[in-house]
Amino acid sequence: MENNYLLSFLILAPLAGSIILLFFGKDKENLVRYFGLFVSVLAFIISLVLFFNYDLTKGGFQFVEKFDWIQNLHISYNVGIDGISLLLVMLTTFLTPLTLLSSWKSIKHNVKEFTFFMLLLEVGMLGVFIALDLFLFYVFWEAMLIPMYFIIGIWGGDNRIYASVKFFLYTMFGSLLMLVAIVWLAVYASSSLGHFSTNLLELYSIGPTIQANIQEWMFLAFALSFAIKVPLFPLHTWLPDAHVQAPTAGSVILAGVLLKMGTYGLLRFCLPLFPQASIHFAPYISVLAIIGIIYGALVAMVQKDMKKLVAYSSVAHLGFVVLGIFAMTPEAVQGAVIQMINHGLSTGALFLLVGVVYDRTHTREISEYGGIARVVPVFATFFMIASLSSIGLPGLNGFVGEFLILIGSFKSPVLNSWWYTVFAASGVIFAAVYLLWMYQRVFFGEVKNPKMSTLTDMNNREIFVLASIFLFIVWIGIYPGTFLKVSAKSTQSIIEQVLPNKIIGMK
Amino acid sequence: MLNNIQEFYNILPLIIIGTGILVSLCIEMYSKKSETVLPWLSIIIFLSAGFYSLLNVNYVSIVMQNMLATGGIVNVFYFIFTFGAAVVSLLSIDYLKKYGTYFGEYYLLVQSSVLGMMLMAGAKDLFVIFLGLEMMSVSFYALAGLNRHKLKANEAALKYFLLGAFATGFIVYGIALIYGTASTTSLDLIASRFSYLKTDLLFDTGILLFLIGFSFKIAAFPFHMWVPDVYEGSSSTIAGLFSTGGKAAAFSAIIVTLGVLFNNAGKNIFEPYLAVISVFSMLFGSIVAISQSNIKRMLAYSSIAHAGYMIIGLAAGNNDGLSGIVFYLAAYTFMNLGAFGIVAIIEGREETNLDLKSYAGLGSRYPILAALLAVFMFSLAGIPPFAGFFGKYYVFIAAVKAHLTWLAIVGVLSSVISVYFYLRVVVLMYFKEPETELSVERSNTGLLAVIISVLLVIVVGVAPGSLIGLITSFLR
Repeated sequence: MENNYLLSFLILAPLAGSIILLFFGKDKENLVRYFGLFVSVLAFIISLVLFFNYDLTKGGFQFVEKFDWIQNLHISYNVGIDGISLLLVMLTTFLTPLTLLSSWKSIKHNVKEFTFFMLLLEVGMLGVFIALDLFLFYVFWEAMLIPMYFIIGIWGGDNRIYASVKFFLYTMFGSLLMLVAIVWLAVYASSSLGHFSTNLLELYSIGPTIQANIQEWMFLAFALSFAIKVPLFPLHTWLPDAHVQAPTAGSVILAGVLLKMGTYGLLRFCLPLFPQASIHFAPYISVLAIIGIIYGALVAMVQKDMKKLVAYSSVAHLGFVVLGIFAMTPEAVQGAVIQMINHGLSTGALFLLVGVVYDRTHTREISEYGGIARVVPVFATFFMIASLSSIGLPGLNGFVGEFLILIGSFKSPVLNSWWYTVFAASGVIFAAVYLLWMYQRVFFGEVKNPKMSTLTDMNNREIFVLASIFLFIVWIGIYPGTFLKVSAKSTQSIIEQVLPNKIIGMK
Repeated sequence: MLNNIQEFYNILPLIIIGTGILVSLCIEMYSKKSETVLPWLSIIIFLSAGFYSLLNVNYVSIVMQNMLATGGIVNVFYFIFTFGAAVVSLLSIDYLKKYGTYFGEYYLLVQSSVLGMMLMAGAKDLFVIFLGLEMMSVSFYALAGLNRHKLKANEAALKYFLLGAFATGFIVYGIALIYGTASTTSLDLIASRFSYLKTDLLFDTGILLFLIGFSFKIAAFPFHMWVPDVYEGSSSTIAGLFSTGGKAAAFSAIIVTLGVLFNNAGKNIFEPYLAVISVFSMLFGSIVAISQSNIKRMLAYSSIAHAGYMIIGLAAGNNDGLSGIVFYLAAYTFMNLGAFGIVAIIEGREETNLDLKSYAGLGSRYPILAALLAVFMFSLAGIPPFAGFFGKYYVFIAAVKAHLTWLAIVGVLSSVISVYFYLRVVVLMYFKEPETELSVERSNTGLLAVIISVLLVIVVGVAPGSLIGLITSFLR
């Protein structure tokens, strides 16, 4: 594929859009909404072009662009995507217009600023997924905190200030240690390359040569930053606060994309850069992931607030993804990648649905509801589909990812024990318990709360937003091949980087 | 003769400022319109000197009987000083009007302090450093207390003077010891004799005393006591000058002195001292800033913390460290002057609106000012893509290269702490409802100054390459 600057257009579109937005009048709220939607749809179209032009037979990084950025330090603007990043880019550009649509009515004040920050957030997220230079990656990774911080802080719930500051400090703490590790790595590279380097592709060959004990420290610095983002137990405490306080659009992006940045980072940086350390720590991290799966599910079970329940379910779901990544078998890693997408879709859908009722009733307490299935049948149906997808019902997307991860971890040469799979599988059952139990309490029975009997069902805009997500939920559930084959080559090459010998043995 | 003309061209920035001082003095004495003329005159003087230095940055030479270096990194410093002073002058126009306390000496003293800074940055001799230092410091003492009807300003001036004089004592004593052991005050000669001097305890003590004296000037822990009071007592614009130009000048003096020594030393023997004051400055500044309720005091403690980050570069003592400091100083000048600029614009008559609470709800009342201040806060906190981030990144590189990774780790930890209080300003501006009445007098010149700063913060943050290229080409 020759160089056609598609990736630069992809991040420039929302960036330019957000800057143009600043010049819009304060009262032109609808114009701002349409413009934001237009820009984010434009980004989605560009990513579709990427999707159809990505050469699956070749694999590897494509659409690569490289310009000198800071010459003296050999830092370059270096972007490119492989199958994994392509899927995540698609997820980002797909969810952003939907979240903008979903907040059409619920964001009433400062619409211009809201759209501005949403577009900036999109720039940051896309940048993280396409950066092939560690410095560039870090800039996007950190810069993205600013718009998210404002989105939680300005449009969030009652306790939004606490949540936004906690979110910022937590993430910043992890990432600054990663910054030191990046600097260390770049300086280390200069001894064999002859110059300071943050180029990921160059570092891929250098990282594994670092001696084991230093590699472990490097791994920990990177992994801490990513684990906070994922969030891996016990670093998850910022997540329920941020999720619950954020406006619906913020929660959807937070769960749908931001958390994936953590798992993406583990996959893209930790594993290939520090293979020995990754293998060394794989059992420990997998244990934490499994604790996360079970703990997240148990805590979700006792939540009284719907949004908090969904937030804790994220901890559990992301535990699966991390387990899949550190199982390091082709099935498990493929499952982890597809599960990242799945979680983005199904948890995104759940947050959107909670947002739909919250817009109408301004409460998320499960006990306030009850029996609304008869009042709002369309909503009830949609909620059922989203819950089942999250639970992992065969035929829907969640099943594919979890199944692959469980199979993959079962025969993992790194974990080397089937106990991981047994415990993780119990998480699937728990997921069914907390989601269906909530469903039962919210939708079935008699309508006790008189306020709920006047609830209006979903309007066309909301139906459109959720239906487009369901399209992919069913698609992945029935024919995951479309997406699995996109990432197949890339996951394979990452595994080969980590386990060069073992993978040959398996073939 | 040609040589002399060339020399004249090389020191033209100094001559411009020097002439400017004399012209301003005459205008102040004989013209009744000095209040409107002087600020613009000093802005023109600063900008012409600054851009002249930048254009002639490649003409590296040593002039005045080996007393003064020009060109190269010296001119980069000239640009930082004059740019800072120009922004301060631009801010001062409406600020002084607002206070109704115009003193003719104001712009004159700013100019003479800048001349002092320039002498420090260009010095090739310990005496020139001292000369420049005193020229700057004395102007600063006067500037701190210029508003003589204000009790706090008097306190600030006196405190600054006493502690400053104390610090100068250290420096002079240090110079005496250096001279006594090296039998010269020329930096180049000292550097050439450094190989046998460095084992001389007296000489090392001299350098250490010299460093301690300058630790006062750069506001490093434990020599920081004057900083919060002086920043709070002086006018906001002047506090901006103290924290940027003054700090940059003191660092430039350390760099010109230690820079020549580092090149000959192989190992930085002052690394332990510098690393320790760096750690304490960063942590102390960041932690104490959290408890401040006055924005000027908060910025003062943040200035102590930033001195700590810059000292990381000194402790590393390699070329990256020195370039990192210069870059950091440039970035810090842009962002901190911007922050003080906003403070100066928002500050009401009679010292009002300096409380952090006054900033509550600023985002809805004065969206442009709030957005600008938010950018400065994020930049000071070191969040990309703003200039402050890159400054930190650069000194961290230097630290890791010098095997001081632990220092970089302390640096990032203190960054996390500092994020808290920078964010608090943003929280107040955007997430809180207004608590108090706030009416800000319109200041077009002030806004212009702040907008120039914000543009630089963003441009230098997004594209630091050219500035780094400029700095590193002279620090090899």
